[in-house]
Amino acid sequence: MTTDSTFRTEMIDAREAPDQSRGVIGWFRANLFNGPINSIVSIVVIVLLARLVWPFLEWAIIDADWIGTTRDACTGDGACWVFISARFESIIYGFYPEAARWRVDIVFALLAILVAWLAVPKMSRKKWVALFTLTGFPIIAFFLLVGGSFGLEYVPTRAWGGLMLTLTIAVVGIVGSLPLGIILALGRRSKMPFVKGICVIFIEFWRGVPLITVLFMASVMLPLFVPGELDFDKLLRALIGIMFFWSAYMAEVIRSGLQAIGKGQNEAGQALGLSYWQRTGLIILPQALKMVIPGIVNTFIALFKDTSLVLIIGLFDLLAIIRAGLTDSNWLGFSTEGYVFAAAVYWIFCFSMSRYSQYIERRLNTGHKR
Amino acid sequence: MSEATASRTTAPGSDGPMIEIDHLNKWYGSFHVLRDINLTVTKGERIVICGPSGSGKSTMIRCINHLEEHQQGSIVVNGVPMTNDVKRIEQIRRNVGMVFQHFNLFPHLSVLENCCLSQIWVQKKPRAEAEKTAMEYLERVQIADQALKYPGQLSGGQQQRVAIARALCMRPEVMLFDEPTSALDPEMIKEVLDVMIELAHEGMTMLCVTHEMGFAKTVADRVIFMDQGQIIEEAPPHEFFNNPRSERTQLFLSQILGH
Repeated sequence: MTTDSTFRTEMIDAREAPDQSRGVIGWFRANLFNGPINSIVSIVVIVLLARLVWPFLEWAIIDADWIGTTRDACTGDGACWVFISARFESIIYGFYPEAARWRVDIVFALLAILVAWLAVPKMSRKKWVALFTLTGFPIIAFFLLVGGSFGLEYVPTRAWGGLMLTLTIAVVGIVGSLPLGIILALGRRSKMPFVKGICVIFIEFWRGVPLITVLFMASVMLPLFVPGELDFDKLLRALIGIMFFWSAYMAEVIRSGLQAIGKGQNEAGQALGLSYWQRTGLIILPQALKMVIPGIVNTFIALFKDTSLVLIIGLFDLLAIIRAGLTDSNWLGFSTEGYVFAAAVYWIFCFSMSRYSQYIERRLNTGHKR
Repeated sequence: MSEATASRTTAPGSDGPMIEIDHLNKWYGSFHVLRDINLTVTKGERIVICGPSGSGKSTMIRCINHLEEHQQGSIVVNGVPMTNDVKRIEQIRRNVGMVFQHFNLFPHLSVLENCCLSQIWVQKKPRAEAEKTAMEYLERVQIADQALKYPGQLSGGQQQRVAIARALCMRPEVMLFDEPTSALDPEMIKEVLDVMIELAHEGMTMLCVTHEMGFAKTVADRVIFMDQGQIIEEAPPHEFFNNPRSERTQLFLSQILGH
């Protein structure tokens, strides 16, 4: 009596997964040298990297001059970082009067504390800190940086410069373009033709012109049209231009997130009696924004780097200050050091934003498909 | 087929209409999706709506809380006539709970937060009270132990029970079910149906679009059969299943029960 059917009498207990770790040498063997062709490619790449990276390290670190205050300190074959350290103050503060630089320090320190507070998940009272960062802090920063009241010396914005100016533009641009972008994205999806029309025109206009054009318009053209007594500050005009320009990009990034949220989410909110703004704020936006964090941060990074374009309208940001230093007759011929340093500063800020966004993405991931 | 729609039956022992749908017509573009729907649901009545796909049954119950807009006719829910006024619509929605085919839980909120959200923001309850109510209903659908998990960590049946609890937290007068078991694995259908049966026995007014004919036989006061945007037949379940009058109904029943 044979049959084709079988059945199990004992269940199999769960076992631990086999150990897949191999150690460093094992990893190299498995990933770089697992075959003749792979080994050859790996060796070639390693040799090339060594040929390229080593000379750079030699130039930038090993043979470099670090100590000194004048050009005479530059004796080695490598880079002369004295060029940077000698002008460090102006790279940070621009032409901000020396006696008032403590005001910039306070604003920087306050900003650093607030950003850290908001970035570290363990800190409490986030709501209030966020509220202060968006309302109280800008007012304090404005009065401290501009001065002219509370017995503080007035510092016109044309004296601003260096990293301080770069950060000012970047922070205002980032903080301004995100909420404006959200509103534009929501408006573009509105059923009201007027609201929708305004948002579409705004987005398509600002997205369609180069940032350089926007800055030129803001600095050169606008004063021609606006009566003389209504003379806005040049920096303010640039800030508004940058904010509008990037909010258009931001709007489209956020709209792609809104688009990706299923109709059911909105319907569930409607069925529960939630109003439009409640559904948007409590259900749709938290999910949509989370989904487009990479796109938002991408825009932030682009914004941060493109702050350097303000040099064409005569504002001396980090890059422009370094460039100005290159034309100093005492320091001719140090452009490589200048640009490498500028690149390193931009890279540190942009890379930090990138890492932080990845961390936030992991933290907010509740692992859920709908 | 119009004899059936013309005569409106009401369940015994009920006290007044909860939902009155009168000459309801709806078009998607030029497509006439709901055709002259008349339906009165009394308080405590349990109605099962069935029919082939595309027959307009989901569209009809979605009109009751204005997830779909209708072009002609009137809907009155618990004495409040439906208009296009947002305040009026929200007032009606507060009294009407809805459960969807695909659950539509909020994936970024925990089960407990899903249940508290509308209590806090619509009913303006303090959080503690909202959580207490939420736990009560989660207990009733036997999922209180999962309250702190996220929807993505639950099975389909569990998610649908959470969705039912979430709707009940608003203490609605009517519950609308839009194919609540259609997206579930077979082994999970029963746990959801059990909750719905219990709810029916407690006297909740229910409109349920479903193909679960066993459920219809157990709890429905009336079964409504729809096809091509119109009500073809409505009858108490024993009559509907044993003695369907229209040919379309007979064909439909033979197709879904015949294997």
